[in-house]
Formats: sequence, C-alpha cells, structure tokens
Amino acid sequence: MLKTLSLAAGALMASTAIAAAADCGTITLGAAISLTGKYATNGVHTQNGYEFAIKKIAENGGVKVDGKCYNFKVTYYDDESKGDRAATLAERLINQDKVQYMLGPYSSGMTKAIAPVTEKYKIPMIEAEGASRSLFNKGYKYLFAVLSTSEQYLASAVTLAGEKAVEAGGKASDVKVAIAVENDPFSLDIRAGVMEDAKRAGMTIVIDEKLPRDLSDMTSILTKVKLIKPDLLVVSGHSKGAATAVRQIGEQKISTPMIAMTHCEAADVTGNFGAAANDILCSTQWAETLTYEDPIFGSAANYEKEFKANYSAYTNKKVPYQTAQASAAIYVYKDAFERAGSMDKEKIRDAISATDMKTFYGGIKFSETGNNIAKPMVLRQIQDGEYKVVAPSAFASDKVNYPRTN
Amino acid sequence: MDQIIGNIDLLIQFPIVNLKIILDGVMIGALFALAAYGLALVWGVMNVKNLAQGDFVIGGGYVSWWLANNVGLHPLLGVPIAFVVMWGIGWVTYKLVISRVIERDLFTSLLATFGLAIMYAQLMNLMFGSDTQSLVLDVTALGLENNYYFADGLIDLPAAKIIGVALAAILATCVILFMKRSRMGQAIRATAQDARAARVMGIDTEKVYAFTFSLNSAICGAAGAIIVMVWVIQPFYGITYSVRAFVIVTAAGLGNLPGVIAAGLGIGAAEQYGSHVFGIGYQQAIAVMLLLAVLVYRLLQQKRNRQVLQ
Repeated sequence: MLKTLSLAAGALMASTAIAAAADCGTITLGAAISLTGKYATNGVHTQNGYEFAIKKIAENGGVKVDGKCYNFKVTYYDDESKGDRAATLAERLINQDKVQYMLGPYSSGMTKAIAPVTEKYKIPMIEAEGASRSLFNKGYKYLFAVLSTSEQYLASAVTLAGEKAVEAGGKASDVKVAIAVENDPFSLDIRAGVMEDAKRAGMTIVIDEKLPRDLSDMTSILTKVKLIKPDLLVVSGHSKGAATAVRQIGEQKISTPMIAMTHCEAADVTGNFGAAANDILCSTQWAETLTYEDPIFGSAANYEKEFKANYSAYTNKKVPYQTAQASAAIYVYKDAFERAGSMDKEKIRDAISATDMKTFYGGIKFSETGNNIAKPMVLRQIQDGEYKVVAPSAFASDKVNYPRTN
Repeated sequence: MDQIIGNIDLLIQFPIVNLKIILDGVMIGALFALAAYGLALVWGVMNVKNLAQGDFVIGGGYVSWWLANNVGLHPLLGVPIAFVVMWGIGWVTYKLVISRVIERDLFTSLLATFGLAIMYAQLMNLMFGSDTQSLVLDVTALGLENNYYFADGLIDLPAAKIIGVALAAILATCVILFMKRSRMGQAIRATAQDARAARVMGIDTEKVYAFTFSLNSAICGAAGAIIVMVWVIQPFYGITYSVRAFVIVTAAGLGNLPGVIAAGLGIGAAEQYGSHVFGIGYQQAIAVMLLLAVLVYRLLQQKRNRQVLQ
C-alpha cells in the first residue's frame, strides 16, 4: 500500500514536472543529418540521441534561461549522406528557418561541409560525430565537438604496448609497430596519432601500409606481419577493415601479442568471427560500463538502460556511442544556455567555449580550437566475446590479456 | 623505396612466401576468371559490355548472406540458390533494359549498364545497409579442418578458399560442357558467330540473348556466393569485380576461354605480388597497369600486321 502510494506520489511529481515543462517556451536548434544514404544507420543513431536528450531535459524541468524555462526542439533535414547537400541545407536552416544554434551532422565529412557555413553566419554549432583532426586546425570559432579527435583513437594502444614491454623487463623503445590504415582522412589521423606516440617512445615502425578503399583481402600485409613479427599491429579501415582483418588474422594464425583496431562493433566481429576476435583491442568514444555520471542522465549504465526503455529497436543490442555523444551535445547546449542567461548567439558561443562539465559521457571542456580535451579515448578488449574496458587504467574494469592467445 | 627493397628482400629470405603469394593469387584469380567468363559471353554473343557485372557478383553474395542469416541456410547451399535467384534477376534485367539497347550503338549499352550498376549498388545499400558482410564456412561437421597449415604455418589454406576454388572449377566445367554439347549452347555459339545467319536458320535469337544474359548473371551470382564465404562484400564493391573482369577479357581477347582462365589466374597472382612489393594500396593499380602493357603490346603487334597488308 505504502509502495503504491509512493509510486503514485512519484508519478504525480513527474507529471507536475512535465506540466511545468509543457508551459515552457521553445528554443529551436537546427540539424542536417544523414537519414538516408550510406550513413543512414549512424545518422538515425545520432537523431535518436538528440531526441532522447531533449526528452530527458524536458522531464527534468527544461532549460532555465534568465528565470524562464524553455524546451529544445530540433528542425531536421535529410542530407542524403552527401556533403554538398549538407552545406545547402545548413544555409537553408540559417537563412530561411532562421535557426540560431546548430547541431552537427553525422561523420567528419559532413561536418567539414557544414562548418564553413555556420562559421560564415557566426552560428554556434555543437557537433558530436565528426572526429577528424582537420576540423580543428582551420581556426573555426563557432565549432565545438564533444568527442575525442581521431588521432587519439589508437594512440593509447601504443602506450599500453610500451608498458607491457617494460613489465616484461625490456624497454618501451624495443617495441616494433606495424600500421595498416585506410587512405582516408579519418584513418590517416589515426596513423598520425600512432606514429607520433611511437616516435616519442622511440619505437620502430616496421610496417606502414595504406589499405585501399575497396579492401577485401589483406593477406599480403599479414604475411609480412608473420615474417617481421611486430609487437603491436594497428588496423583502421572502418568496418570493412575490421571485418577483413579479424577474419584473416584468424585464418593465418597471426600471433602478434597485441592487435588494436577501430570499428569492431560496427563490423560485429564477435558475432561474425567468434573466437578469432578474442583479445583484440578496440577503441571507443564511450562505453556503458564507464564510471561517468551527471544529474540529468545518471550514470553511463543508467543512460543505456533508460535509452533502451524509450527506443525498443535497441533492446537486443548495445546503445552505440554515436547516440551517447549526440545526447551529450544537447546537454552542453542546456548548460551553455543556462550559464549565458541570454538568447544572444554570441553570448551562447562564449558560454559554450567556457564549458567545463562532467557528464555521463565523460568530461567536457573545449580547447581553443573547439575539440573536447577532457575526455580520453577508451580501449576495450574482446574477452570471451565480451567488450571489457582495459585502458585508460583509471576507468578500466578488467585487466588486459597480454600476450593475446590465438 | 626502402620499404620496397625490404619487401623484395623478404621474398628472397623466405622463398616459401613466393608459393604462398602464388596460391593466394590463384585462389582469388579463379573467382575473377568466373566473372570475366560471363562478361566475355555477353560481350561475344550480344556485343553488350556489361558494366554491372560486379554488381551481379555482389548481388549473389547478398542472396547467400541474407538466406544464411534469415533462414539459416548453409553457406554452401547458398551457391546454387544464388545461381538460380541471380538467373531470375538477370532475366528481368534483360527484358526490362538490355533487350531495348541490344541493337543500339556501343554508348547506349554502356550508359544503360552503367546506370544499372549504380542502381543495383544503391538498391543493395537500401536493402542490406552499408556495412561489410561475410559468412563463415564451418566444415568441421564434415570431418574437415577449417584451416590447413604448411611450412611452419607460413602457408595457410582455409577450407573455404579450397572449396570456393573447387566450386568455381566445377561451375566453369559445367558451363563449358553446356556450351559445347547442348542445343542451347550450340545456338548461343551460332548467334555469336553471326546473329543474322542464325536467325535465318531458325534460331530464336531473342531467346538466345535472354538466356545468355541470365546465364551470365547466374554465374556472377554463384561467384558472389563463394566470395562472401572467403572475403567480404559491401554494396559498393561491385566496381572492383567489374574492373577486373574487363581487364581479364580485354587482355585475353574475346572468345578465348583458356585465355580468360589463364589471364584471371595470372592477374590474381600479379596483384598479390604487386601488393606484397609495392604495398596493398597499389593492388588494383597493378591490374590496370598490366592491361595497359597488354594493350600496348597488341597495338604494336597489329601495327606490324597492318604494314604487311600494305
């Protein structure tokens, strides 16, 4: 009885909160996003992330600006996964729909297409899905990204390999690194990050190859790996790179003690290749097992749980990090509006720039150039088909298996 | 440059690697040869250069992949089923598009098949998503190992590859026997030699064309169902198979079946060598460079012949 009563009270409180939120004004954000075309899957993940965050913020009393409350609303357009279309739509959002605050599209390429437009009109844009380093060396003042930039994706694997070499009684500079990355801006950033860290530690790069865009066979690289025997193999080629690498690493019995790659989840390497994927390290922006939390979304695990409750399509799979970071972008807007206490886009821009917050997605603090410097990239290892966080050590839930078994 | 010398040095230090490269090359080349054979067939009989060749290959791969994931079909059974399904798709394509451009000039048919290639790739993207897909062939139930290793594990022969090559060989033999022995095969060859004369002799060339195009599509489909077990597929991968098929047919010459097979295997091996020495990024460039070399050689040869005629 008491329980029902407290439940009812809770429901009443929740409904008053919603009622209060319903009386609020509206702040319109704009987004051109890939709802069709080759990025459609991740475009939808992003949109769901935005919408979920808007709902959660409304449930928690909305956005308080100068004593009044507001709710977010997003005007979406479909960029069809095409850069020129994305740029046109950004113009349309700003000129015709008079949108004053923008959200990012999906992928570095689309963000690159839109950023010059928002910059021209001095419209702040918080983006969650463009990681390329090239977005942050153009001197953009209105572009902010909540995610870690791509050169950090696999750099932590280099550090880890160095630590393991020292543990084994050697030196970090003994480590031999093999790199196989695709010839595209994202993967080349990853290569640059790995090279930089490897050079700093005095490691040797023994293989450095570029994968073709239509990769379906990398036996020739793996044969070299077999002959030269590096200590760390780094692969980045989107989901085709991950799928091809894991499959052929299994087939060719590659015994490299540490292998790190990107896009393991997208290629579903555990589901497709089973044991061949074991002990491979995969980088991720976010994982639900991390110990981050905030007052709106709760812990990372709670975010995952509540998101699944709202979107039944995700019931049987993990909530992708693309969704989590999209929600984080909306959260940064809420925080910035409240701190600015104004609707003026210049004041909002300055408030975003001064952001320093802890969220379920990790710390968020922007550098001069607009990238997030408060959140590290996370490295997970596939252990018996499960993704376990193994680095950075502050958030690690499990120990890394080294050398990997095959 | 240092890397290239280092790579050549590896070949000399470990001679066994040469054997591995050739084996890998021959295995991938066998599948290129299959797609190229279909292309040569359509090209020879109908004078249509099918730019959607690779997309039929990928289409066959998706048929097998979809059935394996939704119906639980064994990947090996996917090969004949992809053959049948792609036969049907080839027939529909012929009736809707190809039959209308067959009598037109070269550019019309090139444009039409190029359009088909784009359309098929987008359709597959919409239907199956843009992620790479593959199937794992588990043959342990048949009492075989999934992987065989030789020379201290330096040479690996996955069962999927061996079975794939065997299936490709069986399929090629069947098609060749069919062309030689059956009435339809004879009609196809007659139409290829002289369509008008064949029509005068009472051969329904329209039917022959439809059959040839469907057969090509079916061969590609079967090749795709093998590829999905051995490598990976993606909606936009068709072009790589189209390019290789064109290179092989152009290099071997039309109507030269042993030439197509030899060129297919040769290009497979050359690509593997190229990617070992120059880096995997140059794999496809090697195929195109080879084509260029063959064409220049042919040109010089023909020039000499023409001079004799004068």
